Amino acid sequence: MSTRRLLTDPLVDQNPVTLHLLGICSALAVTTNLDTALTMAAAMTVVLVLASVIISTIRRLIPQEIRLIVQITIIATLVMVIDLALQAFLFDISQRLSIFVSLIVTNCIILGRAEAFAMRNPPWPSLVDALGNAAGYSLVLVVVAILREILGTGDLLGYSVLPTVENGGWFEPLGFMALAPSAFIVLGLLVWALRALRPSQIEAPDYAARGTEGRP
Amino acid sequence: MTDLFFRAILAENLALSFFLGMCTFLAVSRKVGTATGLGIAVVAVQMVTVPLNNLVHAFLLDAGAWGWIGLAEVDLRFLRLITFIGIIAATVQILEMVLDRFFPALFSALGIYLPLLTVNCAILGGSLFMADRGYGFGESVVYAAGGGIGWALAVMVLAAIRERLVYADVPPALRGVGMAFVVTGLMSMGFSVFAGMAAP
Repeated sequence: MSTRRLLTDPLVDQNPVTLHLLGICSALAVTTNLDTALTMAAAMTVVLVLASVIISTIRRLIPQEIRLIVQITIIATLVMVIDLALQAFLFDISQRLSIFVSLIVTNCIILGRAEAFAMRNPPWPSLVDALGNAAGYSLVLVVVAILREILGTGDLLGYSVLPTVENGGWFEPLGFMALAPSAFIVLGLLVWALRALRPSQIEAPDYAARGTEGRP
Repeated sequence: MTDLFFRAILAENLALSFFLGMCTFLAVSRKVGTATGLGIAVVAVQMVTVPLNNLVHAFLLDAGAWGWIGLAEVDLRFLRLITFIGIIAATVQILEMVLDRFFPALFSALGIYLPLLTVNCAILGGSLFMADRGYGFGESVVYAAGGGIGWALAVMVLAAIRERLVYADVPPALRGVGMAFVVTGLMSMGFSVFAGMAAP
């Protein structure tokens, strides 16, 4: 596959979150505000790229039987470093992300790319593949976070986008958008929108009702 | 303790209010039977790993844990993550071997779910929350039971709803995953009602 395809495919057509359903936990949890989502996306990008490059570099030295343990140890070490760096330089945001930075370890995108790509390819394509997947993940995070923050508070990164009633505007903030259930529903609607645009991603029905077999 | 137990099951449900273990949650919730198997596996692994991690955290990693041999200033809390994930991976592997040797029937029912649980964030999340909130050993056992049961309950309810949804006329682009998200959102809304509930 060409380098360009490696980079652009995971954005929409092979998106790790909406199509392969990987890394959803953090995609839902950190998207109440855009600043936490951007921090999380940056942390995830750094870990994914470094993990892919390191694993791909030493791929011939890793014994097949214990490769999962080796991969997890590498990823966990990188996450620990990122977590400590965030606590040192962005303490406020790292408190709001609570355990979700640590949970990058169990983010299936990283292990998935390590298993499916980095173990079989040289470092340079692995780097590009990791960047593409990180961008696809970040894109979903940013879209969901923008929707939730604007509708939930009327602001975006501290700037007023929709003037709220409190400040003499017309917009009544939807408190629901700040709560957990809205994350599920917004992501569900995003999947709906994406699949309406890319009908090839639509799932086959589990069961065809009688008399509707011929229907598309 | 009862308060902690019910809070972990309902108001602070690991799946529905902290979004933990979502990958497996959505992938293994098409049939009630498989969802039940996975749920039981989560309860079992959670009940072993959280108390174990609690002991390791209290006696090896916490600030001042080495005070008894005169190393009171040693603070190994930064090793928490890598220790917990190592212990979880090892526990799952050992649990698998023990079940295979002594309970073959149980192993054939749960065997395929156990490897999935190493990278399930509900398991790691349970241990990290335990350490963050500073639970004692007794509390960690209760919290592990509550958290595991809550997650199992959520995945079984979602599977039951999705089995029914097969007969619904969902718009094609929303079919499958999209609808599962929306249903989970509605379930999460229902569970958030329990937030104000206190034990009598």
